[in-house]
Amino acid sequence: MDTVRLPPFERFYEENRDPVYAHLRRVVGAGAADDAFQETFLRALRGYPKLRHGEHLRAWVFTIAARVAIDLGRRAKPTVELVEELGVSDSRPAYAELEHLAGELPGKERAAVILRYGYDLSYADIAVALDSSEDAARQAASSGVRRLRRNLT
Amino acid sequence: MTVPAQLDRRFREAAAYEGLLDVGFDVVDSPVGALLLAATPRGVCRISYDADPEAQAERLARVYGPRVLRAPRAVDGAKRELDEYFHGRREAFDLSVDLTGAAEFTRDVLRELARVPFGEVTTYGQLAARVGRPRAARAVGTVMNRNPIPIVLPCHRVVGSTGSLVGYAGGLDRKEQLLKLEGARLF
Repeated sequence: MDTVRLPPFERFYEENRDPVYAHLRRVVGAGAADDAFQETFLRALRGYPKLRHGEHLRAWVFTIAARVAIDLGRRAKPTVELVEELGVSDSRPAYAELEHLAGELPGKERAAVILRYGYDLSYADIAVALDSSEDAARQAASSGVRRLRRNLT
Repeated sequence: MTVPAQLDRRFREAAAYEGLLDVGFDVVDSPVGALLLAATPRGVCRISYDADPEAQAERLARVYGPRVLRAPRAVDGAKRELDEYFHGRREAFDLSVDLTGAAEFTRDVLRELARVPFGEVTTYGQLAARVGRPRAARAVGTVMNRNPIPIVLPCHRVVGSTGSLVGYAGGLDRKEQLLKLEGARLF
């Protein structure tokens, strides 16, 4: 079990507020960015104690921001593109390996596969990020993997 | 791109308002220097003369949980009462305090300490006697030295048996200043 301790929320917030804000301005526009920003970090605050370790918090909060942008329904970018931006914000060899494989998956499956196998997040964390149940997160990842296998053979 | 200050404030306000914080804190000015005030949903849990927010946030997170955020709203009550105290308009604090994690002896001593009235002093030995441990003056001294909520829990009102100030975690100058502010007569 990973034992990287969660930083105080204050530190997590200070490290991520500017990039998340800049990202939301691009995705939902200046008019909706303020509400999206507040909603993103309130959701993060609700999910924070459920996280099991302090790794890949940037990827985690960007996924929450993606959900919030979709929920706001304004210029909603598909999850596919948003997850692509994760690669830029937190590049990781595992992600690079997965990227070309997962490219053709539907948005939610792609996000689940990449967060699970690229970032090693737990299903509980992925559920918080995707705003779904843990079961739904597990299901999205496993049907994503099945689809990948079919595509490869 | 930087988050606008107003939006940053709005988020911190909402976080406290929605009751999502394990600890909310802020740094305020006072006549005895900058103070870091922190509160849980149960009450004030820390007043620190070491107002370095980063180090304090780490410490608070270890005891109370990771959702520690600078959120002025969470310490509004403490700020107001301290302000009144420093301006001579308040002699007793009505704030609830959160002593989670403190040992039983520590709680007993701090509870007794809270009863020492404004403007009066007691000794380490007398305080020890009042918690039923007359020979534990030294242990009482240790509790005073580690008092998590100075000023509100008035460890500045505890002096040596000869009337010397002995010590204060925030420095003797501050102890003297607080006693002077209260008009305490030292013997």
